[in-house]
Amino acid sequence: MPLLRIDDIHLSFGGVKAINGVSINVEKAGIHAIIGPNGAGKTSIFNCISSVYKPQRGAVYFEDRKVTGMKPDHVTHLGIARTFQNIALFHHMTVLDNLMLGRHQFMKRGILTGGIFLGPARTEEIENRKAVEDIIDFLEIENIRKKPVGTLAYGLRKRVELGRALALKPKLLLLDEPMAGMNLEEKEDMARFIIDINEEWGVTILLIEHDLGVVMDISHRVSVLDFGVKISEGAPAEVANDPHVIKAYIGEDDDFLRDMEAR
Amino acid sequence: MKEILKTYDTFPKLLVRNAETFGDRKVAMREKEFGIWQEFSWKEYHDHVKYFSLGMVSLGLQAGDKVAIIGDNRPEWVWGEVAAQAVGAVPLGLYQDSTLKEVSYIIDHSDASFVLAEDQEQVDKILDMKEQLPKVRYIIYSDPRGMRGYKQPFLIDFKEVENFGRELEQRDPGLFAKNVGATKYEDLAFICYTSGTTGFPKGAMLSFRNFLSMAANLMEVDNKFEKDEFVSFLPLAWIGEQMMCLSSALLTGFTVNFPEKPETVQENIREIGPTIMFSPPRIWENMTSTVQVKVMDASALKRRMYTWALPVGYAYSDAVFRKEAIPPLLRLKQRLAYALVFRALKDRLGLLRIRSASTGGAALGPDVFKFFNAMGVNLKQIYGQTEISGISCIHREGDINFDSVGKPIPETEIRLSDSGEILSRSPSVFIGYYKNPEETEKTLSGGWLHSGDAGYFTADGQLIVIDRVKDVMHLNDATRFSPQFIENKLKFSPYIKECVCLGNQRDFIASMICIDYPNVGKWAESRRLSYTTYTDLAAKPEVLELLAKEVEKVNVTLPETTRVKKFVPLYKELDADDDELTRTRKVRRAFVGDRYKHVIEGIYAGEDAIPIDATIKYQDGKTSRIKTTLCVRNL
Repeated sequence: MPLLRIDDIHLSFGGVKAINGVSINVEKAGIHAIIGPNGAGKTSIFNCISSVYKPQRGAVYFEDRKVTGMKPDHVTHLGIARTFQNIALFHHMTVLDNLMLGRHQFMKRGILTGGIFLGPARTEEIENRKAVEDIIDFLEIENIRKKPVGTLAYGLRKRVELGRALALKPKLLLLDEPMAGMNLEEKEDMARFIIDINEEWGVTILLIEHDLGVVMDISHRVSVLDFGVKISEGAPAEVANDPHVIKAYIGEDDDFLRDMEAR
Repeated sequence: MKEILKTYDTFPKLLVRNAETFGDRKVAMREKEFGIWQEFSWKEYHDHVKYFSLGMVSLGLQAGDKVAIIGDNRPEWVWGEVAAQAVGAVPLGLYQDSTLKEVSYIIDHSDASFVLAEDQEQVDKILDMKEQLPKVRYIIYSDPRGMRGYKQPFLIDFKEVENFGRELEQRDPGLFAKNVGATKYEDLAFICYTSGTTGFPKGAMLSFRNFLSMAANLMEVDNKFEKDEFVSFLPLAWIGEQMMCLSSALLTGFTVNFPEKPETVQENIREIGPTIMFSPPRIWENMTSTVQVKVMDASALKRRMYTWALPVGYAYSDAVFRKEAIPPLLRLKQRLAYALVFRALKDRLGLLRIRSASTGGAALGPDVFKFFNAMGVNLKQIYGQTEISGISCIHREGDINFDSVGKPIPETEIRLSDSGEILSRSPSVFIGYYKNPEETEKTLSGGWLHSGDAGYFTADGQLIVIDRVKDVMHLNDATRFSPQFIENKLKFSPYIKECVCLGNQRDFIASMICIDYPNVGKWAESRRLSYTTYTDLAAKPEVLELLAKEVEKVNVTLPETTRVKKFVPLYKELDADDDELTRTRKVRRAFVGDRYKHVIEGIYAGEDAIPIDATIKYQDGKTSRIKTTLCVRNL
């Protein structure tokens, strides 16, 4: 049984068909990538998974439970966390506070006990802080723990956002272009973190990424979308040689073609 | 202290004693992890050493074997060292930023059969060279992060080794005590590899006697107490850190604190508020330039307070150094300056609780000295070599002279050879260089340790070190000068990171300068000067003028004959990875002279611009080519 099952979803905005009957199975404990040209519907799929959008037809199932139609916050409770293409953090808050906020669903105590900060509320805070410190250690961001996110470099913010998603202790992590706008070194670091999250923490990863070098190196399985339709799926090597994929990218991006041929 | 040494005369014995005396009641070590200072009592310290030591025994470690240790400052580093000593094996340290070549040379030369590596990064270095290191039997790592994919049978987790130790303890309960009891005062305790400014590293063999007599003698003139706090952030392979973290800490029982990450050192120092500190000049130099730069960024009021307070501090500390009576008005001003500025500054630097601060390893410019003393940090100069377990001279309390390195510590004799070289003799003089009898013979000829430094004594018995004998230079008109002296003055400028003075058998003194990238970068930004790389910034005409002003400032304080007449900003920083500096950041003059030969020839040939076409090598082996032109500035 796949961890996540996207079953024939259709999504349109007025006359625009963003997703036109896409089915993807994400297996447990793998790294699955979704690629495709701009406007292929990749982020829309993410929004359907986290139930921000409701597809007109079809549904998304997580651990065999229907996610479609749930409130987005319920979806996170099931164990799905995500990062965004354009970083979604509180810029005036410190790294630590942002990560602590990521633990919100594990904080059950009310305003009153929390305000007095005694007994259970205190224990709860300590537990959450411990979980957050594990993430800080894992992502090697000890030195910026107390810095406001707004003062950090772009690559570091991306890392913090990844940490914020990890704070939810997800079973499935959705990464929307985790390496966009990074330099080579930052990309290498990020790839390392993604592999470690997958292998050491056992988190299943579904990612959207434009850097095909990275995608081909770290993913176990790749799905290719074009104009809201899945045109290919398989292991990275298979996808790279699929004539449909090459065709989808022709005229749009010659670099991609050359990249593919080189492999 | 010397009483204790009669019964407990080795590191393992002292550890056992401390575990008995302090038990769980006193903190021996702290390590910041997961945002919290995790504490280890003397009992825990002892237990880790015990089980790790027995664990290595069960893996076949024997007395006389060598154990190489590489990694950042962590409790495991120290545990591993004492654990090896408890077996009668000999530990040795490697600088954590060593290149592959250095790592494999030292591991091979030392005949190490066990390697204790901190993490994946260090393990990878050794695995890369494993084929050339047939003598290595086990590699033990203390941080398992990222190691899940490594299946080699000779790779073992630190905790696993401790478990082996626990099993051995069950089978043979008295073994550890027996092993510790067998360690002797005269035993070889540690091999300290000195990077040296010339040639391959040499392994100085130091005994427990060397380490402990030095620590005890130093304490007679610069005491340390059980309650002291120390932050360990300099490489543990360095003699200074060995002296503090091992010999002094074991002897007195003070607490050693390990920072969370190399990047968080400054923050962690502030959290701990250490009472004792011993660092090489570069740390103090960095602190001064940080302060100077931060002040430039501060509000106008703060800036004004600072510019008013600093001369007051200088005047006050000058009066103290000259041992003059302090005028009441100056005393009052100093109090005010302290309350308004210095106290806050000290707090920011984490130096508020400092009781004893010292600098050693190389000469510190007098300006940096004055700066700290003006602030109320009684920074003292220490002098010594690895070969004399680190220290032979220190400034005495209330008797600080900027130019001198103080007086010899007890049981230490210092005299000058006919050629003016500093010679010393003490119970702390090392046994010899490992597998290098010729160098040992040369260094210890006549029963005295030859330092290679030129110096003299002042009338009141303070030692003054001029420079390395071989570094003292002569101009063509026979004027003698110490390049290091001028360089230290130049390096006081926040914009100058490193520099090399030239002029031996030339007509005048010239200097090659490396800009301080962050500080000059900031200066450029505040003037809306755009730049791309270090090379680009260093070549800006505005930067050239900035440097010229800084050099002029220094020239005023120098005698007419030894002023810097020309300088050129270099296109890259001098780097230990390029063999231009030693790992303790001393300039390798001969190498630099050779490498920048055409730059130097260009300067003395009177050229205004020198074309550069060079290849830079990065730590990971990548190279890139630089093409630029260096401008020579005349003064």
